[in-house]
Amino acid sequence: MAGESVITEELNSLLNVELGPEVYEIEKGMLKKFAEAIEDPNPRWLKEAPPTFPAALVPKALLNKLFNIDIPLKRLLNGTSDLEYLQPIKAGDVISITAKLTRLRQVAGAEGPTLFMFTEMTYTNQRGEVAVKGKNTYIKY
Amino acid sequence: MAGQVYYEDIEAGSEIPALVKYPTTMQLVKYAGASGDYYQIHYDKDFAIANGLPGVIVHGWLTLSFLGQMVTDWLGDQGALVKLSGSYRGMNKVHEDIICNGKVAKKYIEEGGNYARVEIWAENPQGEKTVTGAAVVTLPSRA
Repeated sequence: MAGESVITEELNSLLNVELGPEVYEIEKGMLKKFAEAIEDPNPRWLKEAPPTFPAALVPKALLNKLFNIDIPLKRLLNGTSDLEYLQPIKAGDVISITAKLTRLRQVAGAEGPTLFMFTEMTYTNQRGEVAVKGKNTYIKY
Repeated sequence: MAGQVYYEDIEAGSEIPALVKYPTTMQLVKYAGASGDYYQIHYDKDFAIANGLPGVIVHGWLTLSFLGQMVTDWLGDQGALVKLSGSYRGMNKVHEDIICNGKVAKKYIEEGGNYARVEIWAENPQGEKTVTGAAVVTLPSRA
């Protein structure tokens, strides 16, 4: 057993509730700044988003809740990231992001309870096309 | 960069050219600004140590970005990335090489597209795999 549950009612109430959309206008400068930060010199990334750019389109409503929720586990790590590309994200696009918590799993870790929080994000462009589907797992311990 | 890679050029087991990166604390600060991830474990050494970490650690997403660069460099203009995933298994520290590797797991034709699944991983200088994942790509055909 993983000991006492750290999964509160507040956390449970977030399960499968879609939050958003949060809207980001994709400016050329954002792409350039991101490509410079990851030090990927490919000139393609001046016009088009590099693969991990969705990391910069943060679903704040969901993540603020997940990261600041009142549970005894304070430390946070990123566990996994998954991205599926359906349409390129380009400079000038307007991307709307919806996000939800899909699953919670508590396990007994070496340093006490560890909570895995599974999330899914959908990135939709201004034409209503899904550009990217994302999944991310966050770990609180 | 080498020339365009084609579907016919690869087989299961084909390695893709490795990429070595050397992130500094400054790069992590730049990445924090560009991504909006300001969690202090990535630039505040005192905070990181107080959280039980060996020091400032590299954002998992940044290491995955390096793996993404390795794959898109290899794909060239005519290949396309369909999926990219990574599991953050270990920590990469700053001022250390991150060695990015990839190997074709299988290639297959589906709905007329030429696909390959590539296992990707990042290693620290001790040879430990810190990020493991996969990329699904499409490649042009010579046919």
